[in-house]
Amino acid sequence: MPSKPKTAGGSDSRFFTTQKKGETHELRTDLHSTDRSTKVDAVKKVIASMTVGKDVSMLFTDVLNCIQTDNIELKKLVYLYLINYAKSQPELTLLAVNTFVKDANDPNPLIRALAVRTMGCIRVEKITEYLCEPLSRSLRDEDPYVRKTAAVCVAKLYDIAPELVEDRGFLEILHDLISDANPSVVANGVAALSEIAETSGKDVMKISTSVLQKLLAALNECTEWGQVFILDSLSKYTPADGREAEGIIERVTPRLQHANSAVVMSAVKVILNYMNMITTEDTLRTLTRKLAPPLVTLLNSEPETQYVALRNINLIVQKRPQILENAIHFFFCKYNDPIYVKMEKLEVIIKLVGERNVEQVLLELKEYATEVDVDFVRKSVSSIGRCAIKLERAAERCISVLLELIQSKVNYVVQEAVVVIKDIFRRYPNKYESVIATLCENLETLDEPEAKASMIWIIGEYAERIDNADELLETFLETFEEEDPSVQLQLLTATVKCFLKAPEETQEMVQRVLDMATEESDNPDLRDRGFVYWRLLSTDPEAAKAVVLSEKPVIEDDTSKLEPELLDTLISQIATLSSIYHKPPEVFVTRANIRSVAEDDDEEYEYEDENDVGVQPSADGPVDLLDMGGGGGEQNGSAPQQNGDVDLFGLDTGGGGGAPAAGPTCVKTQVCDGSQSGGIIVNCGFMQLNGKVSMELDLQNNGQIPVTTLAIQLNKSAFGLAPTNQQLAFNPPIQAGASGSYSIGLTVTPNMMVPVAAGAAAPPTVQAAIKNMANNSVFYFAANFTLESIFSPDGALDRTAFINTWKSIDDTKEVYSTVQLATSNIETIIQKFAATNIFQIARRPVPNQPGQEVVYFSCKTMTQHSFLAELTFKEGVSACKICVKSEATAYASLAKEALERCAK
Amino acid sequence: MVASAVFITDLKVIISRNYRGDIPPTTCCAAFSSYISETDELDRVPIFTLDGYTYSYIKYNNLYILGVTKRNSNVSLLITFLYRLVGVFKDYFGELEDESIRDNFVIIYELLDETMDHGYPQALDSKILREYITQEGNRMEVISKPPVALTNAVSWRSEGIKHKKNEIFLDVVEKLNLLVGANGTVLSSEIIGAVKMKSFLSGMPELKLGLNDKLMFEATGRQAQAKGKAVELEDIKFHQCVRLARFENDRTISFIPPDGEFDLMTYRLNTHVKPLIWVEAVVEPHKGSRIEYMIKTKSQFKSRSIANNVEIIIPVPSDVDSPSFKSSVGTVTYLPDRDAIVWNIKQFHGSREYLMRAHFGLPSIGREEAREGAWKQPIEVKFEIPYFTVSGIQVRYLKIIEKSGYQALPWVRYITQNGNYSLRMA
Repeated sequence: MPSKPKTAGGSDSRFFTTQKKGETHELRTDLHSTDRSTKVDAVKKVIASMTVGKDVSMLFTDVLNCIQTDNIELKKLVYLYLINYAKSQPELTLLAVNTFVKDANDPNPLIRALAVRTMGCIRVEKITEYLCEPLSRSLRDEDPYVRKTAAVCVAKLYDIAPELVEDRGFLEILHDLISDANPSVVANGVAALSEIAETSGKDVMKISTSVLQKLLAALNECTEWGQVFILDSLSKYTPADGREAEGIIERVTPRLQHANSAVVMSAVKVILNYMNMITTEDTLRTLTRKLAPPLVTLLNSEPETQYVALRNINLIVQKRPQILENAIHFFFCKYNDPIYVKMEKLEVIIKLVGERNVEQVLLELKEYATEVDVDFVRKSVSSIGRCAIKLERAAERCISVLLELIQSKVNYVVQEAVVVIKDIFRRYPNKYESVIATLCENLETLDEPEAKASMIWIIGEYAERIDNADELLETFLETFEEEDPSVQLQLLTATVKCFLKAPEETQEMVQRVLDMATEESDNPDLRDRGFVYWRLLSTDPEAAKAVVLSEKPVIEDDTSKLEPELLDTLISQIATLSSIYHKPPEVFVTRANIRSVAEDDDEEYEYEDENDVGVQPSADGPVDLLDMGGGGGEQNGSAPQQNGDVDLFGLDTGGGGGAPAAGPTCVKTQVCDGSQSGGIIVNCGFMQLNGKVSMELDLQNNGQIPVTTLAIQLNKSAFGLAPTNQQLAFNPPIQAGASGSYSIGLTVTPNMMVPVAAGAAAPPTVQAAIKNMANNSVFYFAANFTLESIFSPDGALDRTAFINTWKSIDDTKEVYSTVQLATSNIETIIQKFAATNIFQIARRPVPNQPGQEVVYFSCKTMTQHSFLAELTFKEGVSACKICVKSEATAYASLAKEALERCAK
Repeated sequence: MVASAVFITDLKVIISRNYRGDIPPTTCCAAFSSYISETDELDRVPIFTLDGYTYSYIKYNNLYILGVTKRNSNVSLLITFLYRLVGVFKDYFGELEDESIRDNFVIIYELLDETMDHGYPQALDSKILREYITQEGNRMEVISKPPVALTNAVSWRSEGIKHKKNEIFLDVVEKLNLLVGANGTVLSSEIIGAVKMKSFLSGMPELKLGLNDKLMFEATGRQAQAKGKAVELEDIKFHQCVRLARFENDRTISFIPPDGEFDLMTYRLNTHVKPLIWVEAVVEPHKGSRIEYMIKTKSQFKSRSIANNVEIIIPVPSDVDSPSFKSSVGTVTYLPDRDAIVWNIKQFHGSREYLMRAHFGLPSIGREEAREGAWKQPIEVKFEIPYFTVSGIQVRYLKIIEKSGYQALPWVRYITQNGNYSLRMA
């Protein structure tokens, strides 16, 4: 119950009053006073000044002087001061170390914890060394409060001096804390380890079966915050198989009932991630049913939490639409919802709308379109258009709602409606032209470029059905020079279309437009397009017709537009910022271990809201001669070209580095002889260049039609490969009889991994399906994977680690072979290996065997399988013996073969 | 990691704590202030990134409570943390405003230090915090141990609590969210319920709460009872004291309660509910001269129940003048600052119907668009019906077992209130 123990005159606000002149001097005297309350008051005044942003660093020694005290309030204040100013006075801060060390030994656990906590916050490298001793003692303190504070302190220290933490064995101690009897200590230990794992990119968490059990046990015991730490770390774990996944899910599901929405969100994350591994239909159905109510309940929380929930639900309904398929009405907007909540609700509604509920949704959207907030109204109108594009059978209803809204004559409603109707026309050509008349009645309302451009596109496209198309264009032409470039381009194209359809009436007009575009405009896009049209029209009007009036590809529904791999990545990031921005963390966060670069890099990735991407992005893309309409993008709805940078999203597991110039070559083998693929012969291979993994295709087109666009899909494999870009566009197309090649970027992702059954060898192939977009034919093939293509640049081990690992692996887990080499020069082999991320660890002559030498290597795949190898050479012999040792027995043979290939 | 730093600001920093030292506090605070002052209120989002720093904030009174991070933090956790932090401050200072912060800055620093470490939320239970972070001016007595509850599995209750009289109060409060479309159909109805407790029990009591929960009846094989008055709760959220695994297992609600006031559970039911209070409005605007309202309201619950303090809030155009009202019951007031009329009915018995007429003058030259907007706002209704739950939920028992063996009496009350209750005007 709230009480107000504030005593009159005793309030701290008096410390904020300043005495201006001589203040510092006076404070200094007071700080040295022997009277305790004078001293405390003086420190408070200093802290008050610090709080309001005044620099009080000149009092450093004086404040530090007060550190030796048994008054815990005073001590806390001095510590706070130290945290703030230590960086500016690193030398003097050393003077405080003694007190810290002493306090860390205090009989009072509150003081011990305070000392450890504060020391970690003083980010002065010089004192880190003094920190180690008290820290390692605190990690074993008898009081759990001290231990839990010390656990976090390890993460703090790692931030300042990672080597120190590793050298002093703190990671091991921290790992031991997972088995601590106290749940809060476990939770903080998990938090610290997770952070270190994230910062370093190393798997320091190492979730084994026993660790897993400890985490699950602590989940029931620790504070709500601790539960979130544990759930978040569980979400990064990949269960061994479906059964284990199911077992963990069972333990996590009760968390869905927690009042703390952060706990709920993290539990949802774990469950959704593990669901990928579950194949039992029943279990999937049960989980689907269990997930819906907690997600809906989040909509009753504070608006900020709702916002977070909605951004995540947006992802969840793309991944598993069944979960909320019957819940659409929960997403209807309340009048008093903040606008950012309303906007997100609309996004979810559009994703959930289906034939069954479209009537109800349209009524809602229509209601929203009459509200007061302009942005919300616009989005509601454009949502109606998106419904039409998504649901063919509802399109007519949507159009009639749009027409009703146009009747309202509200300026921005009309404009938005025109824009979406243009999209509907592009989705269902030659179907709803009857509405053009209504649109034409509202020409004078249009004053926004996008709406104008859309209207002009409609006029040009359907010129033959509009009696006075030329007159309408004429009215727009009057203001040609003042128009936005997008409108000018549309006007130019529409006039040319008009001319091609009815040359007699528009000869003069088209001439005038071409003149304006080519001679009076200084916009290069407009000029170029003008010239192209001009030449086309003057040399070959038929060709011009073929180009300008050609049939346009139909645009597609874009409501589930995230690429599957990106979606999986984002699902694994539920509740984090990444899930809010719908971007993988790499895009807006720079890893801490490349801290120096971080500062300049950050700016590049400004957050842009992709919400508005609505139907079709790219207003100022390249000039499109075919003119796909106003805001139209390329090709079709799922414009893949934009995603050329998917690498960024994917895993840049490669890190920096990359192979030296003597790069690896790619051996391709025929995987498809053309008999099943419409005459396309495919040779396929894999390689890695500069840290980027790719699948290399050579195509020989023996078919009838040119190959322009293919789409590829990879089946899950033992290597976890996914294409960064599913669409392969051939520019120029591979004509019949010709050949071409394509390099498909690949990422390695756990979601595409098929676990190898115990005792079995990993299947060496990657199965792929290719769809020829020209005729929608699909063909399949399997290609042998070359494991060296995913050898990671961080596969080098240091000698001791190598020796220990080598010893720890059982001899039964060895595979051997002898391989003929092109050379007997060991150096050449080492260089070749280095180029493929196989690292030399040691080299020594074999004792008692003159002329024989062994070289040890290590390598690691991006899927975190490590291999150790021993190569034995005999002087003058162009052959060597290879021995590969690895815990990943399933892959050992593949690794051995990789080494053989690389050695040759 | 959740936050690098936490700020409490009224756009000039009032107080802040930089936990990780990896963000520049002054720059960040300035950037945040300019975001707030330069972004139109309608365009603001609660989470945004500028120059690589991500800001997540909530607003309380005139204050912004703000977390800043450089990493891919768990924002869900951050927002929850900020709300709970405000809760702790309110518990400590009665109210959170710039004045109370300045009055208590020393203790706020202490609290900031204890509630979060290196960006990870730690202890946010003000009752436990109070045991070792106290305000009493000069703290002479040295507190020598952190409260056990800080790290214990039972982190919400201290040991050794004593009450002269062992009592526990239960309030079952249901809020009805309802949206009625302009054509009179119920578009959505939802019951948000809460079981609120005030616990004054000594020692470490073990409690077990029994509700007429349909799934529980089914789980324990009492189908017969399940058919009767059992209620099917769609989703339940529990206070951290409730053993969730146990509930998942056999739907038993068992817990050791915190001392004092807390929400034991909230639940949600999405059943089709008849609007308890029905309102119909007929509006006749006469452009340029006057506008008339005829409001009919009907109570659709049992006649022995009474709705108290009913308020029916009807939006009107902003430029109306000279109001006059006529109503068969209650009082009607025009609130120009809200552009609405409020019809107050102190006691509204069940199964009754009342009528009210309102008449306004309109300026001869009106702003058409403004009027358009006002019409679109739905009618809101506020009410409170005691001794009644819409869902029919009932507390069947509350068992209290403490090893000292005392007898404690539970007191139960039921009440139904309006939640987000609105009817769109035709």
